[in-house]
Amino acid sequence: MIARLLPHPLLVLVLAGMWMVLTRFSLGNLMLGLGLAVFASWTMHALQPERVPTRSLRMLPRLAWTLFVDIIRSNIAVARLLLTEGSGCRRSSFLLIPVELRSPTGLAVLAIILTATPGTAWVEYVSETGTLVLHVFDGAESEHYLHVVNNVYVPMLQEIFE
Amino acid sequence: MSHTILLWSLTYAQLALALAACLAGIRILKGPRAQDRVLALDTLYIAVMLLFLVTGMRLGSIFLFEAAMVIAVLGFVASIALAKFLFRGEVIE
Amino acid sequence: MSGLGTVPIWLSVVIAVFVVLGSTLTLIGAWGFLRLGSFYDRLHAPTLATSWGTGGIALASALLASWVQDRPILHELVVGFAVIATVPVTLMLLARASLHRDRMEKAAHLPPELLQASSDPEHTSQGAPSTSSE
Repeated sequence: MIARLLPHPLLVLVLAGMWMVLTRFSLGNLMLGLGLAVFASWTMHALQPERVPTRSLRMLPRLAWTLFVDIIRSNIAVARLLLTEGSGCRRSSFLLIPVELRSPTGLAVLAIILTATPGTAWVEYVSETGTLVLHVFDGAESEHYLHVVNNVYVPMLQEIFE
Repeated sequence: MSHTILLWSLTYAQLALALAACLAGIRILKGPRAQDRVLALDTLYIAVMLLFLVTGMRLGSIFLFEAAMVIAVLGFVASIALAKFLFRGEVIE
Repeated sequence: MSGLGTVPIWLSVVIAVFVVLGSTLTLIGAWGFLRLGSFYDRLHAPTLATSWGTGGIALASALLASWVQDRPILHELVVGFAVIATVPVTLMLLARASLHRDRMEKAAHLPPELLQASSDPEHTSQGAPSTSSE
């Protein structure tokens, strides 16, 4: 019964929270936001009946922290490379990485993580071979990215989604 | 004192973001290919959105923030649509 | 104008650092965007603006608004988060579209293993956000 009335409880909470942040924290807004969020979750249920399977969310804070540190580090690296652009020591390259991750949601999150981090851009994923094609800004760091994707992000996402 | 610090940093930010938007505009004109122009449009709307946020901070007005939010949402939808079009637009089928 | 003078010095220094950091990173990104030679290189330039460029300015804006209006204002963080999460999707789609077009015309700057990966990427490969099953 509860599952039919509230197909996506987490989505409802996040949407109601966002509504209150965008307007004002008060009882009226809480009720209005909750009503709208429940309606939105029914719409979501109608569009995509199956729920995203999540195994454990314990890894989430560590993933967020790793991403935060990584983004700061690569921001500095890319800004430095852009400022010294033209001295001819930087070569960008395509990088083919075999990944073990198969869950579509996990791959979507990996794509956003890798593209949001300056220095790497997701180009393609070939599903039958499980090969990920990345474009890296600084080809000299290919080894590093190979390590980061396969030993840091993929295990975390596997724990969350598989 | 704090008024001066904030005013100078906000003025600097406004100039820097306006310059960034101009640089992206030059890339829209230069191209050379369609995907370069779409990417430049992306950079342009982000810079303009940030410019709206900074100007809103300076004027203390909430309406510029709403405008920034509309730009962010519409810019996202527009560039997704353009990218999808690039997939189909010039393909011989 | 709007209570800019009521902000204590330490907070104004923090806000100024975030604002200057964010706008400088955006400017560096746009400058590099103009100078870089190939499309795939240019793909990396806007991410500077969307990670710490947007993050810094949104954070500064939230801090200033919360002080001036005397209650926590987090609007800006929502917008910042929306931009940080959505722009990578656009970049990824653009990269795939560009690869598709380069393959169609057998562009010389693509490495050979990518050129022959598949003749029709729409059917044999998928980008992450589309969850269509094979």
